[in-house]
Amino acid sequence: MRAFAYSRADSVDHAAHRITHDAAFVAGGTTLLDLIKLDVLKPKNVVDINALPLKRVERLDDGRLRIGALVTNTDLAHHPEVKRHYPLLSQALLAGASTQLRNMATTAGNVMQRTRCPYYRDAAAACNRREPGSGCDARGGLNRLNAVLGGSDACVAVHPSDMCVAMAAIGATLTLSSADGEREVAFGDFHRLPGDTPHIEHDLADGELITAITLEPPLAPAGSYYLKLRDRASYEFALASAAAQLSLDGEMIGEARVALGGVGTKPWRCPDAEAALVGQPAQIATFERAAEIALRDATPLEHNAFKIPLARQSIVRALREATRLARDEGKQEGQV
Amino acid sequence: MNDLTRPRVIGQRTPRIDGEFKLTGRAGYTGELHAEGMLYGYPVPATIAHGKLEALELDEAQAMPGVVDIFHHGNFDTLHRSPNSMGHGDQVSEVRLPFEDETIHYHGQYVALVVAKTFEQARAAAYRVVARYRQASGAVPSLLGRDDEGLPIESEGSSRGDPEAAFSGAPVKIDRTYHIAAESHLQMEMHATLAEWHDGGRRLVVHESTQGVVYQRNAMARIFDLAQEDLEVISHYIGSGFGNKLFMWPHAVATAVAARRLQRPVKVVLPRQQDMMSGGNRPASRQHIRLGAGRDGRLTSVIHDSITETSLVDRYIDSCGSATPSFYACDNLAVSQRILPVNHGTPCPMRAPGEVSGIFALETAMDELAVELKMDPVELRLRNYAESDPESGLPWSSKQLDKCLQSAAERFGWDKRNPEVGSMRDGDEIIGYGMASCTWFAGRQPCQARVELRADGSLFVGCGTQDIGTGTYTIVAQTAAELTGMPLADIEVKLGESGLPSGPLSGGSMATASTLPAVAAAVRDALDALKEVATGNGGAFEGLSADDLEVGQGGLSHGEHRVSFAEVLKTNKLASVNGQGSTAPGAEQNAYSFRSFGAHFVEVRFDPGISRVRVARVVSSMDIGRAINPPAARNQVEGGIIMGIGMGLFEQLEYDPRDARLINSNVADYILPTHADAPEIDVELLDYPDFEFNEFGARGVGEIGLTGVAPAISNALYHATGKRHRDLPITIEALLASS
Ligand SMILES: Cc1cc2nc3c(=O)[nH]c(=O)nc-3n(C[C@H](O)[C@H](O)[C@H](O)COP(=O)(O)OP(=O)(O)OC[C@H]3O[C@@H](n4cnc5c(N)ncnc54)[C@H](O)[C@@H]3O)c2cc1C
Repeated sequence: MRAFAYSRADSVDHAAHRITHDAAFVAGGTTLLDLIKLDVLKPKNVVDINALPLKRVERLDDGRLRIGALVTNTDLAHHPEVKRHYPLLSQALLAGASTQLRNMATTAGNVMQRTRCPYYRDAAAACNRREPGSGCDARGGLNRLNAVLGGSDACVAVHPSDMCVAMAAIGATLTLSSADGEREVAFGDFHRLPGDTPHIEHDLADGELITAITLEPPLAPAGSYYLKLRDRASYEFALASAAAQLSLDGEMIGEARVALGGVGTKPWRCPDAEAALVGQPAQIATFERAAEIALRDATPLEHNAFKIPLARQSIVRALREATRLARDEGKQEGQV
Repeated sequence: MNDLTRPRVIGQRTPRIDGEFKLTGRAGYTGELHAEGMLYGYPVPATIAHGKLEALELDEAQAMPGVVDIFHHGNFDTLHRSPNSMGHGDQVSEVRLPFEDETIHYHGQYVALVVAKTFEQARAAAYRVVARYRQASGAVPSLLGRDDEGLPIESEGSSRGDPEAAFSGAPVKIDRTYHIAAESHLQMEMHATLAEWHDGGRRLVVHESTQGVVYQRNAMARIFDLAQEDLEVISHYIGSGFGNKLFMWPHAVATAVAARRLQRPVKVVLPRQQDMMSGGNRPASRQHIRLGAGRDGRLTSVIHDSITETSLVDRYIDSCGSATPSFYACDNLAVSQRILPVNHGTPCPMRAPGEVSGIFALETAMDELAVELKMDPVELRLRNYAESDPESGLPWSSKQLDKCLQSAAERFGWDKRNPEVGSMRDGDEIIGYGMASCTWFAGRQPCQARVELRADGSLFVGCGTQDIGTGTYTIVAQTAAELTGMPLADIEVKLGESGLPSGPLSGGSMATASTLPAVAAAVRDALDALKEVATGNGGAFEGLSADDLEVGQGGLSHGEHRVSFAEVLKTNKLASVNGQGSTAPGAEQNAYSFRSFGAHFVEVRFDPGISRVRVARVVSSMDIGRAINPPAARNQVEGGIIMGIGMGLFEQLEYDPRDARLINSNVADYILPTHADAPEIDVELLDYPDFEFNEFGARGVGEIGLTGVAPAISNALYHATGKRHRDLPITIEALLASS
């Protein structure tokens, strides 16, 4: 832990102004303070943004849902709009961390959380993400937790969020604010693949702040399911997780969205698998084919090959459950 | 009144007498204590596991705010090692002293101790200490994945008959190897020391979270060359220790040196990472079991060869085979033990040390034998039931394992088990039923205690043992209440000070059986003194003989005439009378073998579609003698069961195979069971007091609950999937291979 200067921002402009390369925003602090204590992140200035008016969840006229950057994971998971129209997101949030952490964790903080790769979190290990050019101890080390999708020679760290997997499947836009104004980035473009520059984790410039995330209008009538597979029953990051959402057209799949967690270097949307579902019968064989396609390009490391079949299993089961719920939903709609 | 075969307080559900202190935050744990002028220490851990410390650059750290001093090899005091003897009561966990030389033997070995005015300053400066190493090749990261022979430990072996010949001639054979990963104790409260010197550096008072104040006092007296009277070790409240707080670790020595040199109290609380790296672990093991049996299921040969890890700086032996010779009736048996030094912090006892690992291997092998024989696993165990101890040849003091098996099987519904693999289903899940027997030896140590009956109506008991969170305070109070008829509220118990009469380690499930007899003896001694006063000159019962008096409800009586203890004392203008008790195991040790036994029945649910296993139900029966405070005893077994789920399915310390660095030294990455993993648990404590063992009939209960859980899980998984799991933990990787 190193000493840092602390200040509170009272407006978005104010906050954005103060952010330079050696400064960091603090929201819930559950990632930031942890990593400062481990001597992994070493900001000289910490800007507390908790006083900013970014805590609202609102339905927009076009049917989208706008979520303020500071809405906590707990509040978001239990928000009536989310529970009703985005149960997938609610499930994913509640599958993450623990109640205490979710009470502190914020929407933007969750998007910005760092990898749990043990070598990233160990200041004495080689890690290109933490220290560009130092090497990657994970590749030849214990890499059970590392990525099978989207890795590079420089980095195979998993993006560990559950919330982001649901958002990737739902589709969303981030609103970024800076002294120069606002800009919007599609959720799928925000997190970067590591490539040769794993230390550049996302599309957020110095002086920019996430102010909101806006979800696409919900698919309806649809079923969705978030399935998180891990060693123990609770309070563990995913080894593999799947967010699945689909609408039915009789026995056929109408629209489908699939995203994976725990296996990719970023929240992993699976467009090819989705294409393989659309217009096909909603049955296990279809789901299995989609799962094959989703993991087609997966490359295992020494200790994480199991994640490939596990991720397939998570997709198949999540699609099966989503289908079941879509049928229930369909029945209910029919009754109305 | 004094009839312990029909007690009134002993054996009753008794709320913890220290519960209120703990709930209200008034129970001071070592890490929370504060002394006038106290400084904080933060150790700097080596970042390599094998090599040499070449240089320490301290300038930057030294200049940090609040830093008072930095201790390391270059400036540390010259001390003596502890003789490290169990028999002489000065055993330590790691005999190497801190900063002894510049060789690095394990990741996390202390290379410096930074002392500063606040904890945060000490930690910040510790991060600025730059250590330069020369890493050596050939670090040994683990016993697992290697086939080293290790060093034989003859003292842990046992043999009878001709096991090799009997094995090769056996009609049915099991010949298997089992591996268990190293585990962390992960006790709630981290290791902590607060050291304070008095009288110009001649007297040392140490607060330590320890399971053995007397052992630490003795060891520190050797290390610092002090008389035992000049040293006090205090541990009033302990946030548990599963064996890693039995014996002292180097941080305590470093803290005491810093306090002496700076002439101020110094406190060190290990951070979790360091606690896991250098504060003890259960070593990994490899066990080879060979069972020979007849077609009728009778064992003709048992051969159990084990090897476990130790460190390069001490010799720790995790004796896996120590229960095996006594477990089953079998004329031909051999048990052997070896150790392999690896580049880890020194392993140490962890709840049911050795035996829990050994029982995993043995009870899994027994299940394999049952499958081979197509015999019910309960029946197989009954066929090999040891009516007396095959190891010592002595009768058991009391053994009710058959009743445990029957009762637990019945409550579990074992008769509904279809033995065919994978035959029991519920939706997506395959249900597996498995069982295992379990055991833990019943030991007893010498113990002394002191009692004061006071004129203010209170009774004081003091004993230099500890309450590590298991409820020792309460059972000591129950004992005094039982023998005096006084209410618990009037009884004051003091434990956890080395200056009190010497008490036992809180370990090996021995504290109850060791401590209560000494407390009882001291109470009786005090009551005798009181009767002497009462019947003597000017006494409340002047002229009567002590034998005429009865003790009850906090008073003495003769017929209708009853006088409270306090009045008896006041009548003679006395403040108090004292009693001493000193007890030790005796002749019974040569007449009987003493062990607790039990059985676990486990239901697992395996969902092959998502490779998920969960333990759904555990039904256990335990034969532990008498439970002094049943809820506390049950709590020990339940905790053991949950720990067994961790051992079976989750827990492993992961050392990088390239350089032996520990990479999961935190409680997010080291997976242990959460509440959501805790199944429905039904524990029955059989009530068969073991009066051959001691007058309380108690054998102790801290460890047995853990033994046998992991094999019951692996056996249940076999029943569900048909795949035999011989390596712990049973990970998702291993489960995927069975779907
Ligand atoms: C033990 C543990 C277990 C966990 N388990 C899970 C899990 O199972 N699943 C899961 O998904 N997550 C898990 N988490 C991670 C948790 O979800 C994140 O720590 C949390 O969401 C981060 O939010 P925060 O508000 O606390 O972020 P902070 O720690 O305050 O900030 C995190 C990062 O985001 C930046 N930041 C914050 N707000 C903004 C903003 N508005 N604009 C730009 N940058 C910003 C900060 O500068 C910092 O770099 C776990 C965390 C812990 C400690």
